[in-house]
Amino acid sequence: MAEAYIYDAVRTPRGKGKKDGSLHEITGLSLATQVLEALRDRNDLDTSKVDDVILGCVTPVGELGADIARTAVLSADWAQTVAGVQINRFCASGLEAVNMAAAKVKSGEAEFAVGGGIEAMSRVPMGSDGGAWPVDPSRAFPTYFVPQGVSADMIATKYGFSRDDVDAYSMESHKRAAAAWADGRFSKSVIPVKNQLGLVQLDRDETIRPNTDMQALGSLNPSFAMMGEMAFDSVINQRYPEVARVNHVHTPGNSSGIVDGSAGVLIGTLEAGKALGLKPRARIVGAASIGSEPSIMLTGPEFVTKKLLARLGMTTADIDVWELNEAFAAVVLRYMQALDIPHDKMNVNGGGISMGHPLGATGAMITGIALDELERSDKSTALVTLCIGGGMGTATVIERV
Amino acid sequence: MENFKIDVDADGIALITFDVPGRSMNTLTSGVMKEIPEWVERIKTDDAIKGAVLTSGKASGFCAGADLGDMAGGMLAGGSLQDAYDAGWKLNGALRALETCGKPVAAAINGLALGGGLELTLACHYRVVGDDNRIQLGLPEIKVGLFPGGGGTQRLTRLIGVQAAMTAMSAGSSWRPNDARGAGVVHEVVAKGSEVDAARAWIKGGGKAVQPWDEKSFKLPGGGPYHPAGIQNFLVGNAMLRKQSYGNYPAVLNLMKAVYEGAQVPMDAALRIETRYFIKTLMTPQAQAMIRSLFLSKQELDKGAVRPANQPKSDPKKVTVIGAGMMGAGIAYVQALAGIETILIDRDQESADKGKAHVEALLKKRLSRGQITQDKFDALLGSVTATTDYDLIKGSDLVIEAVFESREIKADVTKRAEAQLAPGAVFGSNTSTLPITGLAEASVRPEDFIGIHFFSPVDKMMLVEIILGEKTGEAAIAKSLDYVMKIKKTPIVVNDGRGFYTSRCFGTYVAEGMAMLEEGYAPALIDNIGRMTGMPRGPLEMHDDVALDLSVKIAKQTAADLGDEYQPLPGSQIVQTMVEELGRYGRKNGKGFYDYDQKPKVIWPGLAELAPVRIDDSTPELVADQKQRLLYRQAVEVARCWEEGVIDDPREADVGAILAWGFAPWTGGPITMIDQTGLKEFVAQADDYAARYGDRFKVPQLLRDMAAKGETFYGNFAGKQKAAA
Repeated sequence: MAEAYIYDAVRTPRGKGKKDGSLHEITGLSLATQVLEALRDRNDLDTSKVDDVILGCVTPVGELGADIARTAVLSADWAQTVAGVQINRFCASGLEAVNMAAAKVKSGEAEFAVGGGIEAMSRVPMGSDGGAWPVDPSRAFPTYFVPQGVSADMIATKYGFSRDDVDAYSMESHKRAAAAWADGRFSKSVIPVKNQLGLVQLDRDETIRPNTDMQALGSLNPSFAMMGEMAFDSVINQRYPEVARVNHVHTPGNSSGIVDGSAGVLIGTLEAGKALGLKPRARIVGAASIGSEPSIMLTGPEFVTKKLLARLGMTTADIDVWELNEAFAAVVLRYMQALDIPHDKMNVNGGGISMGHPLGATGAMITGIALDELERSDKSTALVTLCIGGGMGTATVIERV
Repeated sequence: MENFKIDVDADGIALITFDVPGRSMNTLTSGVMKEIPEWVERIKTDDAIKGAVLTSGKASGFCAGADLGDMAGGMLAGGSLQDAYDAGWKLNGALRALETCGKPVAAAINGLALGGGLELTLACHYRVVGDDNRIQLGLPEIKVGLFPGGGGTQRLTRLIGVQAAMTAMSAGSSWRPNDARGAGVVHEVVAKGSEVDAARAWIKGGGKAVQPWDEKSFKLPGGGPYHPAGIQNFLVGNAMLRKQSYGNYPAVLNLMKAVYEGAQVPMDAALRIETRYFIKTLMTPQAQAMIRSLFLSKQELDKGAVRPANQPKSDPKKVTVIGAGMMGAGIAYVQALAGIETILIDRDQESADKGKAHVEALLKKRLSRGQITQDKFDALLGSVTATTDYDLIKGSDLVIEAVFESREIKADVTKRAEAQLAPGAVFGSNTSTLPITGLAEASVRPEDFIGIHFFSPVDKMMLVEIILGEKTGEAAIAKSLDYVMKIKKTPIVVNDGRGFYTSRCFGTYVAEGMAMLEEGYAPALIDNIGRMTGMPRGPLEMHDDVALDLSVKIAKQTAADLGDEYQPLPGSQIVQTMVEELGRYGRKNGKGFYDYDQKPKVIWPGLAELAPVRIDDSTPELVADQKQRLLYRQAVEVARCWEEGVIDDPREADVGAILAWGFAPWTGGPITMIDQTGLKEFVAQADDYAARYGDRFKVPQLLRDMAAKGETFYGNFAGKQKAAA
């Protein structure tokens, strides 16, 4: 079987996902289009050599509906022979797209494929695609469905993380993100988003608060206390009766931000790269996805990591750089606790809490960030993973070449 | 037709009068269900009929719903699923035909309309109800393990929206006429007696023969499941239902499924979906258990099923209550409400007055809710005399003492009261623990001495446990039961023994929670698992409510009474330390297993030192095992009571358990639980618990014998009843 190599990874900056966010006036299609244009232009890529473009999108309705990937391929003026497919593995969609692209390359189905993602959360609100799980009683009931925030609060309660713990994690995320920007660590991969006139609309992640402190974070109200107390605390408590009462520690300050953004990773075989004169940057060593207990929902990264490392014959000691999407602070804290990972190897340049989490795109974004960090720090191996709605986990190990 | 009468007037309006012969109240018997399509067809095809008004010929009300005795067996009698569906569809098909008959049909609701009764009116195009606050309109099916299956889940949802409809149907609550009008359940509230005229007027005024949901422009109020606003009703609704039901009631889930799936399709398909889920629900052991215990058995007991038949009927007119504390005052209230002249006695006038003030407070609540008039309030309050004077007992048909649980005090009260009583009057003790035979020793007429055990709070708790002393006579039993029936409580009759039936079995639930504590289960795990069994509260919080010092006191009394035979309960050392060394008495002093100085209460941190936590993680398997453990422990005690002759009627055992100490209602009671599990399987599982946790799970020989013979409690009981008949 062929090996799959990463040739390039780009992302847009992340714009605040509200009506006053910088990217709100840019269509989601335009964001995805600009990512594909950048991949082509930076690499002088003959797009007719690309077999497929796989884009993750979690809310694929409205302007992001009806296979946004194929629409973006044509919009970016890529060769019309390039197929496009939109996939949805919730928060890990972007990473799953990378893994599927890699799988196509490894299996010989594609010489080149793009794995990426798009989410325009200010324009297509989260949840507007419906979905049976929380709504259909035949599913919600037996699986103890609760909104993710309540799951995250249960993780904090069950595994002993206080409000201070999660706020301190958040503060560090903002510090790291600000330092990374100051140090130019993102400049290699972030492409400025252009507006309708071709002028730069946004070239920096928009939600970082370098000067936030414990007092500011501590003053925020818990986001999920009201809905929890209404009914959902009782629901998840029935699944985890060892907990006396859910402690609602998560706030807008220590949860991932709602943002707009897009990303793409160009993956291909060694031979295909050679033929186009491209230099591989990393090899995709392996990937996995798993299902985990759906009510607590967000503990999947631990289990998918164990599964993947075991399959690859690796241990946590073999990983130099860890990227776990900062969906909620407690998710990362629990992951580090469970796998005994030091904080100075985890999300070293910040993450979703400081820079936002454009659902379908994040996985591809943090793959690129991990690769940049490996190159910057001259390390070898990174593991990228995300927690996922519905109780899943996806992880990928990459290695510099 | 024998249940409906049709009179067509000069305007061509057919008056259909619903009047089931030989019954005080209309119910949807199988005969009624058969006749509905007949008159629907007549309305549809008879050209002389321009419209129809449906009303009741009974003064007692419009219709109380389905005949559960008929239905529980009847619908499933065919044997195949298709037969059951076809039987279930009969009513829905008929009601659908009614609302699509092409002529306007109005319901003139001249009395209560519940369950299938209300559903019948929902299939009419217009509803008029009489202005009388005593009239209840509602869909209470969920209370007996079912849900509205006569179109209610679909029509009510389409009338008033998912949220309001689900709230009402999942609680089984009802509306008074004006509330029903406000909620949009009925169209018009008119002066009592003019319902039919108003219904006729609506038809003459051009009433439309089309239901809102059959209009092209119809939109579900509040939106359906995938409507931006409607989705919340399902998201939150699903969670609320689990919060309330702990997933123990299939009817609750099936109700929601019928609403969710039905809301997405047109009415005909929606009704088919409802019928499928209704049949599915009816087939569950929980529905079968709840219909039997909470409806049929309870009704039988309410009507005096266990009353000695040879005794003449009595009607207590004056009853004295001695002891005007919470319990005595509560008893005074319920009997005053039933029209019984009440003497409320305490040691000093102040205490007696305090008791009467409690009665007054409860009556005021009724007054403020419009359930009684000011005149009635005055009369009821006036019927209660607070006094210290034992002479006023004279002329009482019954005396109930509710004084302090001390043999000496009770003996003294007995003597003084009996001195005033006429021959044949009964003396009842409201003790919850002291054996009646022993208390009766203070009586000069032990054949008239009996235990009448109320539960607190008396105005809310539906059960009264009648306890027979060795010498209690049949006349006293009959008179006590006549009294309980008059105050509209449900009686059970049990034989004497330590803790009788209810206190003894309830105690095992609390004690088993203590055993779990001693074994190292985290307190949160114990109480959450307790609540998840369907019991009203966890064992530890229940223990706090009962009071820990009382628990220590009873343990000491039991130890003194039993001598060498006494075996301390699990965890009793923990409780003793809490009470005697740490002054933690339970909820009453704000310090028990929980600290009550903040809301909500939190588990007392110091408990971990007395009972170190070793199990603070759970799996669904562990939870299921421990839930069953808590229920089995109680059921084993119930079986022991049976073997010892404390109880001998499965209806009393089941209804008593549910109403007295909140034994998980979804089981239908401990005896039904044993029967439905199967004696053999129950014994095997109890043996397993005995091996793991001790002899308290050892089943009595009776169960092994029954298991060997393939018997069940209800099977044997039916045989016994047949033999007696």
